[in-house]
Amino acid sequence: MKDLLESVLRGIGTGSVYALLGLGFVIIYKATRVISFAQPSFMLAGAVLVTYLAGPLGFFAALVAAAALTGGLALGVERLAVRPMIGRPVFTVAIITLGIDIAVRVVDNAFIGLDVRHVGDPWGLKVFKLPGGIVVEQRHVAMVLTTAVLIAALFAFFRYTRTGLAMRAAAYDQEAALAQGVSVGSVFAMSWALAGALAAVAGTFAAVGGSVSESLWLVALTALPVIILGGLDSLPGAVIGGVVVGVVQEVTAAYQGHLPWLGGNFSVVTPYVVMLLVLLVRPYGLFGTREVTRV
Amino acid sequence: MRKRPLLHTAYSQDFALFGTAVQRTFVLVGLLVALAMPFLVQDDVLQLLGLACVTALGALGLNIVTGLAGQVSLGHAFFLAIGAYTAAALAGDPDGRTIGFGVTEILVWLPAAGLVAALAGMLVAPLATRLRGLYLAVVTLGLVFIGGHVINGWSELTGGPGVGRQPPAPSLLGLDLNTSDAFLTRDQKLYLLMLVLLLIGALAARNLARSRVGRALTAIRDRDIAAGVIGVNLARYKTVAFGVSSFYAGCAGALLYVGAGYFDPTSFDLLLSVQYIAMILIGGAGTVSGAILGAFLITLLPRLTREIPSLLPFISSSPAESPNAYQLETVLYGVLIVVFLIFEPRGLFGIWIRLRNYWKAWPFSY
Repeated sequence: MKDLLESVLRGIGTGSVYALLGLGFVIIYKATRVISFAQPSFMLAGAVLVTYLAGPLGFFAALVAAAALTGGLALGVERLAVRPMIGRPVFTVAIITLGIDIAVRVVDNAFIGLDVRHVGDPWGLKVFKLPGGIVVEQRHVAMVLTTAVLIAALFAFFRYTRTGLAMRAAAYDQEAALAQGVSVGSVFAMSWALAGALAAVAGTFAAVGGSVSESLWLVALTALPVIILGGLDSLPGAVIGGVVVGVVQEVTAAYQGHLPWLGGNFSVVTPYVVMLLVLLVRPYGLFGTREVTRV
Repeated sequence: MRKRPLLHTAYSQDFALFGTAVQRTFVLVGLLVALAMPFLVQDDVLQLLGLACVTALGALGLNIVTGLAGQVSLGHAFFLAIGAYTAAALAGDPDGRTIGFGVTEILVWLPAAGLVAALAGMLVAPLATRLRGLYLAVVTLGLVFIGGHVINGWSELTGGPGVGRQPPAPSLLGLDLNTSDAFLTRDQKLYLLMLVLLLIGALAARNLARSRVGRALTAIRDRDIAAGVIGVNLARYKTVAFGVSSFYAGCAGALLYVGAGYFDPTSFDLLLSVQYIAMILIGGAGTVSGAILGAFLITLLPRLTREIPSLLPFISSSPAESPNAYQLETVLYGVLIVVFLIFEPRGLFGIWIRLRNYWKAWPFSY
């Protein structure tokens, strides 16, 4: 029972990182109808920036600066490589983002080099001891709190600001929004910048307690099953999907020793297995909008 | 009429094997050059060209499902892996460290690898009939990860990551292709084998594209609802597309490492899938010649980038320093995809069309 509770709490922690990543994917998807495969590279870029900035600025200022810089990088990429492709098939744009990801990730990796780089966070592997002997790692608490704050901020942004309203309008119906004077171009730019910043924060938290390495981008790929699970165009779906995937993954990790026939490290592929199972029942994910086809 | 090759006056012209006489000439010249290659270049280059032929075979497969039928598949590496391990297990040494049945006859293990992969493809196809567009792309990406987990863990079959196993030993009707003899060296024999297989594959792909099935697949790509309305059975044709595509992938996977003599389960990762996507997009999606050209370009790219450090001294040839040639190679994959899709979505094939049109109208711009 203690093991189960601990693994669920760990899962909520890692799940909140997935939720942040998933939110980035969904924001871009809602604005442009494209899955941006470039998110892993931005996530890595954010984490690498934090490792360089944490020394002079301190962890929290470095996190904010890295998020802003990565947002700027995403903005530039959108302007250069994605904006010229408006009106082309979404598949083409998705493959372009795949190309961007490959190129940007090489640059990220060059900055990681052969050293072990840490993000310089204040938590490390320290733990809280709860009554009943349950141990919670501080970094997981920090992840959940950060994610909660960011989600609240995002929802307030979409609900109460003019830009947020414009983004919702453009996501709902691009042409109608255009006709009402919404600058759809700046909505695209805004969504890429937001997603880049979210990826940077998520990347940093994914590297807390470990080091920044090339394999960090696999964490970002885990966000793909998350958004498919929650439904590509649902922000709450991304959050719920993230937590579900995180919990399933950590619980599997805790108990996979009992099921040796699944092979070592089975927990790494559980998100994909969960995704396949859910899609067989619900082809548009748990909360996704069913596509209406008209002839 | 001879001066206007694109003016088709009958359906039979529309479905001809070669669209124009020029195209036929180009293919024939290319074929002659390819056949002369074993006697013109060194064995190491020949090995690379043989690898390019096999890669092109795999790209033709992806081209059928993604280029022709428009079903985005990031799972090609999964089907390549199935073919590679089916063939390796069938042809492997029965007394060896890994599973092997000792059937080295290529006429047995090559079709077997293709069929097993095709079966896997047809099992995946029901997902494609339920999902559309990017949902399908992500699901096929999931296949690569799940498949990767299985082959990395199943070390009796694959030898395990970092250790690997031997690829199938090819022997054709009792003739051992894996050793040099008085007439031809090993690399010459393997190159010719792979060239012949590529020709068969390309011809079959072209024939598929211009048949009833090919037209049905193109209709699904262009607008699946309209295709369904005019009577194309979507579920059936998507299954056919995945099955045929995976058959190609299985055959290509079986032969992919024959030249190298060793392979490792970690090579069937997402990057491999992305490389195949890059090949058909750079070459020109939906065309047989485009897929082959793209495959040759991507396979020869590492060889070309290895020459760059001697031209540009600030790029290092040692992997420990950066920027180095390996990083440049990876960046080039990405940049080539982006540049081609933005500026020439029809790929190398499109560049050829543009050149041709330019000279056809010369000296006028239109």
